[in-house]
Amino acid sequence: MSNIINLKRGLDIPISGVAAQITGKRIVPDIVAVKPTDFKGFAPRLLVREGDKVLAGSPVLADKQRPSILVTSPVSGVVTEIVRGEKRKLLEVRIKADKEQMAVDFGGKGVGSMTAEEIKDLLLKSGLWVAFIQRPYGIVADPEASPKAIFISAFSTAPLAADTDFTLKDDLAAIQTAVEALAKLTKGGVHFSIRGETSSSSPFHKVENVIQHVISGKHPAGNVGIQIANISPIKKGETVWTVSLLMLAAIGRLLNTGKLDLSRKVAVTGPLAKDPCYVDAFPGMPMSAIADKVDTEKGAVRYISGDALTGTNVGENGSLGFFDDQVTLLHEGTERELLGWAKPFRTSQFSSSKAYFSWLFPRKKYAMDTNMHGGLRAFVVSDVYSKVLPVDIFPIYLIKACLAGDIDKMEKFGIYELLPEDLALCEFVDPSKNDIQSILQDGINLMIKEMA
Amino acid sequence: MEENTNKPGLFEKGGKLWFLHSTIDAFDTFLRVPATVTSRGAHVRDAIDIKRVMIMVVIALVPAAIFGMWNVGYQHDLFNGDLPGLFDKFWFGLLKVLPLFVVSYVVGLGIEFASAQIKGEEVNEGYLVTGFLIPLIVPVDTPLWMVAVAVAFAVIFGKEVFGGTGMNFLNPALLTRAFLFFSYPSKMSGDQVWINGLPDGVSGATPLTHMLDHSGDVATGLENMPSVSDLVIGTIPGSVGETSIIAIALGAILLLWTGIASWKIMLSSVIGALLVGWLGNVFGVTNVPAYYQLLLGGFAFGTVFMATDPVTSAQTECGKWIYGFFIGALCVVVRLFNPGYAEGMMLAILLMNTFAPLIDYVVTSRAASARAKKGQIA
Repeated sequence: MSNIINLKRGLDIPISGVAAQITGKRIVPDIVAVKPTDFKGFAPRLLVREGDKVLAGSPVLADKQRPSILVTSPVSGVVTEIVRGEKRKLLEVRIKADKEQMAVDFGGKGVGSMTAEEIKDLLLKSGLWVAFIQRPYGIVADPEASPKAIFISAFSTAPLAADTDFTLKDDLAAIQTAVEALAKLTKGGVHFSIRGETSSSSPFHKVENVIQHVISGKHPAGNVGIQIANISPIKKGETVWTVSLLMLAAIGRLLNTGKLDLSRKVAVTGPLAKDPCYVDAFPGMPMSAIADKVDTEKGAVRYISGDALTGTNVGENGSLGFFDDQVTLLHEGTERELLGWAKPFRTSQFSSSKAYFSWLFPRKKYAMDTNMHGGLRAFVVSDVYSKVLPVDIFPIYLIKACLAGDIDKMEKFGIYELLPEDLALCEFVDPSKNDIQSILQDGINLMIKEMA
Repeated sequence: MEENTNKPGLFEKGGKLWFLHSTIDAFDTFLRVPATVTSRGAHVRDAIDIKRVMIMVVIALVPAAIFGMWNVGYQHDLFNGDLPGLFDKFWFGLLKVLPLFVVSYVVGLGIEFASAQIKGEEVNEGYLVTGFLIPLIVPVDTPLWMVAVAVAFAVIFGKEVFGGTGMNFLNPALLTRAFLFFSYPSKMSGDQVWINGLPDGVSGATPLTHMLDHSGDVATGLENMPSVSDLVIGTIPGSVGETSIIAIALGAILLLWTGIASWKIMLSSVIGALLVGWLGNVFGVTNVPAYYQLLLGGFAFGTVFMATDPVTSAQTECGKWIYGFFIGALCVVVRLFNPGYAEGMMLAILLMNTFAPLIDYVVTSRAASARAKKGQIA
């Protein structure tokens, strides 16, 4: 059964530095960071102390409200440092990896004979429960809840995103195992979206026992939230879960081998990436491990774990996020361009608007930097936002409702359906330079607080 | 960048001239793109900003402004015969119109800068367009002090009290004109104000005045109209920038191509005007054909540059169709049924400005309830 959806609205941002489909090097774990900030709706309680020995799969953090939800170590080694920020907020647990990697054996008896409870227990114990993201709100799912359905996007359309057809092509069997397990956790089925443009060449069209959707279109067609909104919009009171394909492969490997294996191919991308390509790495990988791939000659570099629209600025000393399989390297655009807005051509800058001339060069890639290209203003124009959002809602009405903190209006304009990542393109094209993603996140946080 | 960490700079917070920082900032960012980098959310941003959007609208207005200046000279020459050359006419008009621009910008931008300073915000570029529109929608001989008073009223009470550009619900340029019209009607309407140098006792009425024959004989409306070619080229009396359909069309092409103005509003406004114009024609209210409604008075200028103001128009795509249609329709209704006031565009747009939020409310509510009913498949 397959359901074809063709999304017309969207925008592929032509940023340079796409990763070539080769694996440049294998990064051997040294210092690995476990970051509680990667998990939304997760209040961390520390389970280890400096000097403790851990194995891959040993618990490191637990959720304060729901103690069965664990975050575990991706490697075996010794806890060397606990990094705290302001008000002693826990930022990182740093683990020095052993030369010989050892993992906790969680056992496994084959998905076919496991019950839903056994699968839940295994995922909770191993630290992979955090892979389930609940919508609305985009927080770690509640193990007690029963979701309407589970949604998986098998591709990403984000700028320079890792190509899952390349990174996960060897994990087809693990992914198949994982979807069999997921099917036991919901009555609504596992919805699995593959990319329309490459649907026949992608290995993932072979995944069985799923409700397959073939989705084509520009970014954000690969965002699972956009897919859900076009398949079955989330209504008030409903809950769905989403899992990324990357985490699905890890779940499958756990079920097949009984061991936690979070290793992944990471795309090193962006205008400042030297010979952009993939590296074999793992979550918590320090950015220093890819220092040889960073072009530092042009000045300050921004290290982003994730893509250029939704990733996290982790800094030179930061590390790869738990859910990320991409590093984007951008130039910090602090130069002040003379009469920038008034220049007629300005060919080195990309704009989706025809007020500039980049529409003349549809194939050109741009070495984008982090400059805002303008000052903060009130919302003035009205029709640019919905052109990059293939969902029938009114994004600016939603954002204004979030700014006003008006719960009723937030509900009316679709706060349950969208996460900040889904409005990232609206933020990109906004001539008024509002931080739309963080406004929406503030609105979501208010909803969580008020609806609790 | 770190100059002196102990002492704040002259225009930095705590500095001696801090009270001027918005002004300095406005000129500084006018010359150079600010060095701000993204801190939250998307790390890369589109090159477009509000300055670019606004300058595009100003460029779109330039043909109408240049033609308008020439036409001021041309109309003067028709009655006085003292401006033989093309350039003479333009230069004469330039000198007449330039003071309007100066007053409009000095007064309007002065208030903008002051209120940005009070609010501690950056100066918004919205007035660059408003200030350019105002001289083009008033008669050339409007006394400058009246323009100054009207601009001050419109910017303060039409915009700044609501929070500045983006928060206002009435088009500030039209509010300026409305203020002038109702406060000083003798300078804004009738048959004496439209032409500079009009000899005493001669009527210099705009063609719109002939829409309804005041004797009640509907059959004579068309006979008093200028030719279609005069209307399209714009060699008729009227507000400075509103007469030439060709010059306005050039601006419309730029606005539509860049997507800054909504084609839906323009098209539906034309449809609305044609429909009511046709009905008026069929039912014998006037003998002026419906397409004349598009060429006369401020309709074209208002449709292209004022109705499409993204802040005060309807925000939803469906709402734009409704909003535009009623502007066109109401404009012609006023023209046909209100013998005391020939031009309907200003009132039509201002009225629909006030109704735009209501239209959007209805559209968004209906869409939200339709979405709630959308089928479940999971």
